[in-house]
Amino acid sequence: MADSLDLREERVPLLQATMSRRRRRRDRLATSWMVASLVIAVVPLALVVGYVTVKGIGLLTPAWFSERISVRSRVAGGGMAPAIVGTLVITGLAALMAIPLGILGAIHLNEYGGNRRLTKVIRLMSDVMTGVPSVVMGLFVYTVWTLRFGLSAFGGALALACLMLPIVIRSTEEMLRLVPDELRHAAYALGDRKWRTIVKVILPASVGGITSGAMLAVARAAGETAPLLFTIGAARVVNPNIFDGPTTALSVQIFGNAQNPFAAAQDRAWAAAFTLVAIVFVLTLAARAVSARVSRRHGR
Amino acid sequence: MTAPSAPVRVKRSELSASGRGDPGELLFRLLALFAGLVVLAVLALIAVSTTQEAWPAFQAEGIGFVTTDDWVPAEGRFGALAFIYGTVLVSVIAVVIALPVSLGIALFATEAAPARLRRPVVYLVDLLAAIPSVVYGLWGVLVLAPALQPVYDAIGSAVDGWPVLGTLFGEGSSGRSFLTAGMILAIMITPIITSLSREVIATVPSAQREAAYGMGATRWEVIRSAVLPWSRAGIVGAVMLGLGRAMGETIAVALVVGSSAQITLDLLAPGDTMAAVIANQFGEASGTHRSALIGLGVVLFAVTIAVNVTARAIVGHMDRRVRGD
Repeated sequence: MADSLDLREERVPLLQATMSRRRRRRDRLATSWMVASLVIAVVPLALVVGYVTVKGIGLLTPAWFSERISVRSRVAGGGMAPAIVGTLVITGLAALMAIPLGILGAIHLNEYGGNRRLTKVIRLMSDVMTGVPSVVMGLFVYTVWTLRFGLSAFGGALALACLMLPIVIRSTEEMLRLVPDELRHAAYALGDRKWRTIVKVILPASVGGITSGAMLAVARAAGETAPLLFTIGAARVVNPNIFDGPTTALSVQIFGNAQNPFAAAQDRAWAAAFTLVAIVFVLTLAARAVSARVSRRHGR
Repeated sequence: MTAPSAPVRVKRSELSASGRGDPGELLFRLLALFAGLVVLAVLALIAVSTTQEAWPAFQAEGIGFVTTDDWVPAEGRFGALAFIYGTVLVSVIAVVIALPVSLGIALFATEAAPARLRRPVVYLVDLLAAIPSVVYGLWGVLVLAPALQPVYDAIGSAVDGWPVLGTLFGEGSSGRSFLTAGMILAIMITPIITSLSREVIATVPSAQREAAYGMGATRWEVIRSAVLPWSRAGIVGAVMLGLGRAMGETIAVALVVGSSAQITLDLLAPGDTMAAVIANQFGEASGTHRSALIGLGVVLFAVTIAVNVTARAIVGHMDRRVRGD
């Protein structure tokens, strides 16, 4: 393996000498295209993160995390506490619904489904469901929940849970597939029921990968805006009742303040964006750390 | 390998690990099946419930809902063609920009980069996907669009009156336009197309690659003769999944597209997309207007499902070929 890599990266001088100039130029051109592509992708990443940090970090005082949201868009002041609480509560609720359901769904696909047609349909539809636009998921929850029970944090959580579910199912199934069959056979040989084998042997063996997949799904959901627009409404104070009454979230606050012409409101949007990006990055990096640790353990 | 088992008398039900008689087993099995069926139920419910809510608008407009571009909520006219056009145009711009970049990165990460750089490259591109849509929108509307405005003006006046470019790049713009929205979307779909292409390229058998190198091919010649032909179908699938994602993207587009229902070839003109209209107008809509916006959701759902199923079929076909079925 190492030999072949070396050959590829450092071309044999003899070949290079006999190579026509045109072929060499083309090869170099292709390499520069690849490097340039990476640069083109990294520049906006750096710009977005840079702007959000520079423009957003100034407002992050203790008041930002404790005070209610100001109604005045021309004057600075107030905090973002209700939106931070809202994002955490809504995303947390969604995770509580989607993660157990998603893991069970994956167990059905990988452990019980076999090669039946229903299994294939569910697997295909999970893939298709990951492609449903988040705005459509918001409209869906609006029609089945919000129209009947009104705006609430729970409605937003339902929409986010629908977005997370297929991601959790597919990532968990990938992880279950990696569990060697020897473990299953060993547990059966000890006389374990299938469901006990799954709970006691298979899930513990794949817990790292499942956790990391679930965390990535949570990170994705935490940043969603469109599904919340129709389901949670708007609020400036913390709403302690998750089942009734409007509430707010960081993403919704960013969307509203980004359209506001006044500087104070735009500053709030930047600071809320910084807070949101920080939450999402922490979740993403934690997921990476979990999966890296697990793969190291397996490599040993 | 298998040792002969000792002749112990056991009941058949005890032998089968599936343990059909066990109530715990049955409960768990049903629970798992239920979880799987939730996916099907949700997808069916999406189709039924949104269509039901959109029915008044569909009934009032008939086929005109998707064939006319006359959207005047105050007068009860709802023709969505301009938004459908905008959705397609913006997504195509995004794919045209994102494809060469994504393919370049995917090839860099699999073929060209030194081994120890490959993983960081993947992480970096994945971070692009971690940034929420609304944050891209915020940056797009407050930083990118104002910065692009003078550039657009310059381009517009430079090519004014030219045959094709004069049409594509019109004069006068606020910086919020089809093109700006396409650029932001391109950033957002690059990680998806990159990671899927990378996975496909990774399935190219190394024997094929090394055979080409062994014949003295340059890296580019190896890519063109061994890597790309093998992964073409998978890359097409990746691009279609990116296209589907771009069509459904809402918030970033709602902020930078300019919110103007018009069908024009001028990429620098403000436009609108289905998803963006839903996000921008839903708050103040009621009655038939609200129902028409949900109708846009139905159309969007149908289109993205079609794009996704096609893409999955292509990728699935690719998978089967790799496994050698």
